[in-house]
Amino acid sequence: MKKIRLSSLFSQLLLLIFVIAWIAPTFGLFISSLRDKDVLAISGWWTSFTTTEVNEIYRTEGKDAQVKEGDYYFIKSNLFGEKKGKEIFRFGVTSKNIDEYQVGESALFKDGTEITVLENGDYIWKSQEEFKKKKGKRVFVSAKSPPSFTLDNYKEVLFKEGLGQAFLNTFAVALPSTLIPLIICSFFAYALTWMKFYGRDILLATIIASLVVPLQMSLIPILTIYNDFGALFGVAAKSYPGIWMAHTGFGLASTTFLLWNFLKSLPQEMMEAAKVDGATHYDTFIKIVVPLSIPAFASIFILQFLWVWNDLLVGLVFLDKHPSEIILTAKLKELLGSRGENWEILTTGAFVSMTVPLFIFFSLQRYFIRGLVAGSIKG
Amino acid sequence: MSIFSLALTVLIGVLVFVAFFHFSNFLLDYFRLKTPKKIAWENSIRVVIFIGPAFIVLFVFIIYPVFETIRLSFYDKLGDNFVGLYNYAWAIKDPDFKRSIINNLGWLIVVPTLSTFFGLVIANLADRIWWGSIAKSIIFMPMAISFVGAGVIWKFMYDYRGPGDQQIGLLNAIAVALGFEPQAWLTIPIWNNFFLMAIMIWIQTGLALVIFSAALRTIPKETLDAARIDGASELKIFWKIIIPYLEQTILVIWTIITLLVLKVFDIIYAMTNGQWQTEVLANLMYDWMFRGGGDTGRGSVLAFCILIGVIPILAWNLYRHKQDQKV
Repeated sequence: MKKIRLSSLFSQLLLLIFVIAWIAPTFGLFISSLRDKDVLAISGWWTSFTTTEVNEIYRTEGKDAQVKEGDYYFIKSNLFGEKKGKEIFRFGVTSKNIDEYQVGESALFKDGTEITVLENGDYIWKSQEEFKKKKGKRVFVSAKSPPSFTLDNYKEVLFKEGLGQAFLNTFAVALPSTLIPLIICSFFAYALTWMKFYGRDILLATIIASLVVPLQMSLIPILTIYNDFGALFGVAAKSYPGIWMAHTGFGLASTTFLLWNFLKSLPQEMMEAAKVDGATHYDTFIKIVVPLSIPAFASIFILQFLWVWNDLLVGLVFLDKHPSEIILTAKLKELLGSRGENWEILTTGAFVSMTVPLFIFFSLQRYFIRGLVAGSIKG
Repeated sequence: MSIFSLALTVLIGVLVFVAFFHFSNFLLDYFRLKTPKKIAWENSIRVVIFIGPAFIVLFVFIIYPVFETIRLSFYDKLGDNFVGLYNYAWAIKDPDFKRSIINNLGWLIVVPTLSTFFGLVIANLADRIWWGSIAKSIIFMPMAISFVGAGVIWKFMYDYRGPGDQQIGLLNAIAVALGFEPQAWLTIPIWNNFFLMAIMIWIQTGLALVIFSAALRTIPKETLDAARIDGASELKIFWKIIIPYLEQTILVIWTIITLLVLKVFDIIYAMTNGQWQTEVLANLMYDWMFRGGGDTGRGSVLAFCILIGVIPILAWNLYRHKQDQKV
């Protein structure tokens, strides 16, 4: 009895290690996308859940903020400005001694003016003479920073960096690139399953072979066709219809194959009964096959949609990089190049690009898995 | 473009195809009813309508390009002049090409093996634990993420700061905590390939996991129970019963992941773009498609090399299809 429990504990522990290792990267990205960009750049995301001690430099306001009360001139404000929430415990006025004073104590600047800093960042700066400098003085603080999260990065990325538009573009690429193959392949698969015609077996074998042909084999010739076509008719070589058809081409074999596999399993008697009743193939297709195939359609839709949504190569080759056509993955890659050190942009951008796949994943996981398993029966 | 014009474009694009099928079939039905005698070629026309669009797409986007790419591999940069084996000779001498072949082979050995292995182990563990399905969901999740998204996730994991600074990349933070020097992981030749492969393994383990999970359920419970009653340890059951039983599934998963790995592009392109000796065929091909205005000859040679990699799988699939058809 004891031995079994020990091995079960061991299994649980092992699985837990796997789970942590698998979730940590994504989780870290998600947490980082919610952090303030200045904090993100200097501390690991795992520190964001606890109160941390930070040493920071702030600058007081200059002469414009001064008021005269009695014999003295005062500047009263808050070091943190808008971003409150930190708790100061020590401060200093020279870089040599950054934590010389307790909060609430008064510190003397070299010019004889006096400053008092409070816990919440409020300060009172007092001088006998009028403040003359436009720029304030530096104050060094040691503060406790509580966990804080913000949606600022999302605002920035969606509206300023143009990811919002890329998001729409990706939809405009992905929806037709999923629906068109589904439409034409369902007719194709129907014909391959239930119609008799010369060359059917060869066509089927071609589909099976096409399943594994790498799409790299198609890129150069199709790009050439598109360029020639564009030059001939004076239209853009890179366009939405162009990429829809390219995705249709690359998804055709797998879509047809999965549908063919499914249609094969429908009872033959049903088709024959429909034929006896005088139904044409089109009637049979619309009234019998389509309603029965809805679950299969759902699985294939999800697989192809995710494939297109996540694709980078086809989008790079067949679409322009200007804002009205660039897709999310290409945009993200562009940001990796141009904003490589701005992790707040990158983490947030990556998370935005993942929202739709993750939504589909969590809401329709059953169909997704069914499609993958069905697809895996053969290559 | 605005949401409205995008939506309109999308709608028109899809409707064109629906309309084609609907009206062509409608017309055919209409004429069939008009003429009292059954038209002999009605069926043929119907077949043409049903398979026509798909066949045209298949031909234009797959069949023709395969032959065209092979043809172009014997032609010059612009595809105008026949140059024989010149492009192939170039490839053999090119150091980047050599690097790519070695790296691709490394990917082909490491990624399918580890993904399949992890998938199998996790599927077995998760099957016996009450929170197993949650664990499976989590490990499967990277399957939904794009390679570029995964690239950003892992670039963040591998982030490097100088030895004195606070590390913000998890891997370096762990390294520092254990008393090692922080490393710029992606720039260390040879090893960086493994850090890139880790991303693919992270993604593909989920695929292996769900397929194995489905397959595990087909193992008869009696067999496992009988083995347990006979006193076989779990480890022994795993090696002696489960693995042999899943042989076919393992093979299938292996081929799927192999196919994916042969074409691996996004990860390399996003993370290193082939620098620091991480070049692979697909990235090199993309490079040559556009470098210096594009070289269709060299690009085609590289694409053809990827095709050669899949030919054994292609032959095997066709063979199995033929066996199935006989039954």
